[in-house]
Amino acid sequence: MSETVPHDPPAAAAPLAVPSDPASSVSRISARTAVILLLFTLVFTALMASIYQLTLPVLQQTAAEGKRRMIAEVLPPDAYDNDLLTDIAALPPVKALGLDESTTLYRARKDGKPVALVFEAMATDGYSGRIGLLLAVSADGRLLAVRVTQHKETPGLGDYIDPKKDKNKQQPWIKQFDGLGFDSVLGKKWRVRKDGGIIDQRAGATISARAVTNSSGRALLWAHERSARLFALPTRSQWKEATP
Amino acid sequence: MSQIATIAHNGLWKQNPVLGQMLGLCSLLAISTTTVNAVSLGLATILVMGLSNLIVSALRGFIPYEIRIPVFILIIAALVTVVDMAMNAWLHDLYLVLGIFIPLIVVNCIVLARVEAFAAKNSVAASTWDGVMMGIGFVWVIGLLGAIRELVGQGTLFSGIEMIIPTATAIQVLSADYPGFLVAILPPGAFFVLGLLVAARNWLDWRANQRILAQRTLQPAPAAAGQS
Repeated sequence: MSETVPHDPPAAAAPLAVPSDPASSVSRISARTAVILLLFTLVFTALMASIYQLTLPVLQQTAAEGKRRMIAEVLPPDAYDNDLLTDIAALPPVKALGLDESTTLYRARKDGKPVALVFEAMATDGYSGRIGLLLAVSADGRLLAVRVTQHKETPGLGDYIDPKKDKNKQQPWIKQFDGLGFDSVLGKKWRVRKDGGIIDQRAGATISARAVTNSSGRALLWAHERSARLFALPTRSQWKEATP
Repeated sequence: MSQIATIAHNGLWKQNPVLGQMLGLCSLLAISTTTVNAVSLGLATILVMGLSNLIVSALRGFIPYEIRIPVFILIIAALVTVVDMAMNAWLHDLYLVLGIFIPLIVVNCIVLARVEAFAAKNSVAASTWDGVMMGIGFVWVIGLLGAIRELVGQGTLFSGIEMIIPTATAIQVLSADYPGFLVAILPPGAFFVLGLLVAARNWLDWRANQRILAQRTLQPAPAAAGQS
């Protein structure tokens, strides 16, 4: 915007400055300079705009692919046959999930039948900062898989909750949640061993494991209780958390 | 030396952007933690420098002297934005690493310095060549700096290459249980290594000068011997 400002004063001043010769040449030069600057601005803005238009489809595709890759971590792509990225509903900041902002709920279906819900949760009681989780909960109420999407746990100590940082590559810690449901794990047993549950924790960093365990347990319970209603939500509608 | 060779020599060694002119140190020190990061930012800089010199020298007849700096900055900023968007679209993984440093090329004073000092006064071909050579001068120093810091800091070379070539992997130069030397990765390490590089360059230049001096003093000697 500011580039166009110098253009105005010379144009307005030009008629006044006609009698005196040096003044008119000064205003003529300023007008000319302003027009040149304006032209340069226009040309290069047009260049940037056209490149932006050119890259836009690629960028959208990259963003969609990133989401798809993240979801594939918790839900194998051959488990469903609908377009996961369009069969979505908006989740408000749900307390049980530890969220303080709206997120997206993805619903996987096969042959029109519900398969799994994919959504985010946040563990707020980690050792340092929040731990972001992505969960896939099957229609029959099992935790298909959970992955840590972001965390700030101590490197080399608590960061084993993220399978990429887990030193045990054969049996990453987070994989023990795969397929767990409340039918096999009774409510009180969904705890780390130190708290009397059945989830293993690693020595020296119980807090990170406890945060992920409790948060994923709460999230699973939340999704399981509302499973049918969540699947029935119209596409792109907003979920309303009923306050009982 | 022909002009082409002079420009190349200036860019690569004599007026090397980093070792000679000490320009663009901000992005240089921030990004040279690994070889791949350093060389990638360097390549983007070559592209921007070559293109900005090309465009400025082609348009130099139309740019009024009084507003040349705003126009130069406009051109450089537009080019950097274009490179930024193109990288985001087609080299996305690398963009995630270099993302915040790409816009910093705009304020990398070496770009404006070459545009103002060279492209505004010289032909299109010579200016483009100068931009590319200055860019290569930048990239070999930043690449060497990145390689030394990566090697000393974590014992590898080319870590993160899979962001550019998906099939390639990093080379583990030192043994896998090398504990790493954190200072080399941290900003102070960048200053230490850069200081050593500048010292090495000055030493090489000093030695070359000594040799020239020695030749000059030697040459009259045989003549004197012949007279006696």
